[in-house]
Amino acid sequence: MERRCAGAQTLMLRFVIRRLLSTIPMVLVVVSLTWGLIRLAPGSFYTGEKALPPAIEKNLRAKYGLDKPWYVQYAKMISNTARLDFGSSLKYEGQSVNTILMRAFPVSAMVGLLAYALSLLVGITSGLFAAVRHNSKWDYSSMTLSMLGISVPTFVLGPILVLFFSLSLYWFPPARWDGIATRSAVLPVLTLSVIYMAYIARLTRSGMLEVLRSDYIRTARAKGLSETAIVLKHAFRGGIIPVVSLTGPALAGLITGTVVVERIFVLPGLGTYFLNANLNRDEPLILGIVAFISITILVCNLLVDVAYAFIDPRIRY
Amino acid sequence: MRRLVRNRVAVFGMVVVSIIALAAIIGPALIFRATGYTYDYIPADPDLVKSFAPSWMHPMGTDNEGRDMLARVLLGGRISLMVGIISTIVSLVIGTAWGATAGYAGGKLDELMMRIVDILFAIPYMMVVIVLLALFGRHTAMGQLVLLFIALGAVSWLTMARIVRGQVISLKNQEFILAARATGVPKWKIILRHLVPNTLGPVIVYATLEVPAVMLLEAFLSFLGLGVQAPLASWGSLASEGIQNIAVFPWQLIFPGVTMALTLFSLNFIGDGLRDALDPQMKKS
Amino acid sequence: MNLLSVRNLRTYFDTDGGVVKAVDDVSFDIEPGKTLGIVGESGSGKSVTNLSIMRLIPSPPGRIVSGEVLFGGKDLLKLPTDEIRKVRGKRIGMIFQDPMSSLNPFMRISRQLMEVTELHMGHSSKQAREHAVNMLQLVGIPDAGARIDSYPHEFSGGMRQRVMIAMALSCRPELLIADEPTTALDVTIQAQILELIKKIKSEIRTSVILITHDLGVVAGMADAIIVMYAGKVFERASAGDLFERPANPYTKGLLMSVPDPLRESKARGELYQIPGLPPDPANLPPGCPFAPRCDKAADICRREFPPMVQVAPGHESLCHFAKEVYAEAAHLHS
Repeated sequence: MERRCAGAQTLMLRFVIRRLLSTIPMVLVVVSLTWGLIRLAPGSFYTGEKALPPAIEKNLRAKYGLDKPWYVQYAKMISNTARLDFGSSLKYEGQSVNTILMRAFPVSAMVGLLAYALSLLVGITSGLFAAVRHNSKWDYSSMTLSMLGISVPTFVLGPILVLFFSLSLYWFPPARWDGIATRSAVLPVLTLSVIYMAYIARLTRSGMLEVLRSDYIRTARAKGLSETAIVLKHAFRGGIIPVVSLTGPALAGLITGTVVVERIFVLPGLGTYFLNANLNRDEPLILGIVAFISITILVCNLLVDVAYAFIDPRIRY
Repeated sequence: MRRLVRNRVAVFGMVVVSIIALAAIIGPALIFRATGYTYDYIPADPDLVKSFAPSWMHPMGTDNEGRDMLARVLLGGRISLMVGIISTIVSLVIGTAWGATAGYAGGKLDELMMRIVDILFAIPYMMVVIVLLALFGRHTAMGQLVLLFIALGAVSWLTMARIVRGQVISLKNQEFILAARATGVPKWKIILRHLVPNTLGPVIVYATLEVPAVMLLEAFLSFLGLGVQAPLASWGSLASEGIQNIAVFPWQLIFPGVTMALTLFSLNFIGDGLRDALDPQMKKS
Repeated sequence: MNLLSVRNLRTYFDTDGGVVKAVDDVSFDIEPGKTLGIVGESGSGKSVTNLSIMRLIPSPPGRIVSGEVLFGGKDLLKLPTDEIRKVRGKRIGMIFQDPMSSLNPFMRISRQLMEVTELHMGHSSKQAREHAVNMLQLVGIPDAGARIDSYPHEFSGGMRQRVMIAMALSCRPELLIADEPTTALDVTIQAQILELIKKIKSEIRTSVILITHDLGVVAGMADAIIVMYAGKVFERASAGDLFERPANPYTKGLLMSVPDPLRESKARGELYQIPGLPPDPANLPPGCPFAPRCDKAADICRREFPPMVQVAPGHESLCHFAKEVYAEAAHLHS
């Protein structure tokens, strides 16, 4: 038996390493694509209202290496990216991109993670109850609520919450960031989590209902197990798989969600910086954030796939 | 079809969506006839160039420039719905073509095509879309709109391709396809006439659920200032304007927001109802 | 003294197409230590009957309308839920048709076996594990001590069915219900599983209900047989009597459908099949449900529901012409 487990573990390790290695070319592809877009776009970062005198423009271009042929610039950018050296921001004078990343990422990450954790907690619990009390009032009301959760856009929910909790009840500040463990974090996290709560509740419910129809649940009943034991010990593992599947795409959604939430609540996170970088054509910052997020997403997808293997013993990589 | 009609919530959804769509299509014209207001009509009288609360004259109030909110919300509806539907159609066409070809061809071509899909799947789409929209096309409102169609259509075709391919593969070896091949029907005809109609079920369900999802994406982008530009409006851009003054003139955000929520709500119910109706396993008592 | 008595059981299903009377007035008895075979085509109601005994019918859309299931002096249909749970797995064990889908793919075999005895016999995990290994050895799983921690997909089909049998018999139940235990298996494995059931039955001394559509399967196994069609019992007899002297046209048809190389070579290789298809259970014709397919059908069969006729002690048949059919069969053999 131990021989078999060790074999499976090496397979898993090889799988993880293979995936990590393939992350590198993927990230480079995304970064190249973004770089291409930036360079193809009309205008450049230093264009303002009026055209600059040619001499100054020439100096600027030389300073930023823009006078060299495009493939030279491209090669330089790729080699820098591979070394995770993104240079300094064009807009925020003197600040290296990496410093900005280190400062902004924790804000977004914590809001996102907390929001997702909250949505898992509430979503799975209510989905379980809805499945077990199928076709009851509880089921219908929680499904309707979750439908609302999916339909009310984040940028509508956020301000409404602000209107109610901040401007009427004075419980939370409307647009400030003091840190993750403070009251100012409550509304952003809540706003971001609602839509995921809704999706997770629905997926849990449908996943559980599907599993509860299967033959092996019938066997478990035939053995005389109680309903609670059946739901929690037998059905849960299979029923939760759709939720695990959700995590991949959910991450992508969390990114857009975070950008919006940061706008509403004025949080100094990656989303805000990304948006501004785009509006300012701050190329190093744009590329740095794109690379960073790509890596994060790919790593998280890998973690999800690994989690699959733990949940479903039939999966072998 | 029977089952769908029996699902009362879905019917309710269809009614609501029809009302809103109808309002969006002919509403602005009616309002113009009745009151002379359009979505970009700024009153000449400077005293009227500010935000009024809802009243008989302006059932949804006015915005900061004195423009009638109802007209703007209806226009927003037009644009948002249009974006949702057209983008979904774009992704439907691309996804179906891709998936059907890959599924039917099988072998190396299938592998290659799906490999590409896998790689594209890993790209953080929204980031690229944000970059795209921020850098290009903010010069003309129409240009931005076209860009939106393309960008949003490109976001969802991947899943559509996967669904279609899955369906095609399971249908491929069924008897009526073998019969068609045996009688020498050319491949493209098989794909078009036999396979596509039979994959319609899941595709329609997915498309119906995709429309509200795409509308939400467009709204997000417009909210960030990257989507629909002034003087055009979509619900997202209206919300973006409205949020500035949420404390004093909450109706600027509430009306477009609630209307949008209602529309998405109804669309989602329709999609759900469709899915339940087409699901062979559901047996209600 | 009967171990189990089913009396006038009716289980109906509410569907979009109408009410399906899956089990319509079925009665039978089992004595301790005997094997009862329940034979019928798909849709005859045989599986639903047995699920009803343990109240495992999914409750919408199914419902047990009326009847009694007397087991050990109590009516199982009237027991409160926690009481019936004490019967399930402990005094009545059940095995199902498809062992792959009937075992939890996410759980180790050890856990699935152990939870039965931990629940019903109060075993500690150590005791439960030992007991489980013993059961696996009893059903013929080689290297049981090592393989017990495997997952179901790591076993072959025949092995999985053995595991299911071990699981069902863990608490030495008085009754084992085997619902088409061999249908999903290869022919060679079928024989092995049936032998195993026979062997275990004599060792543990449980009664067995064997459900199948295959007469060949019951031939070597059953003491008594009931034949079901369209939710009703069509014939009831001891195994020997049923095979030698069937008293019902349906039973005769079934017997003739079993491929018999000897007979075929004589009749130049034509396989017999009962003409027609089983009826739509939501729209049963008035009169005898088998009438549309029966070669003996007369007008009375199409008009009136047939009576249950006793043609010999312990041998009953649901047919207007039961005695004639019985007599013919005797004639054939003499």
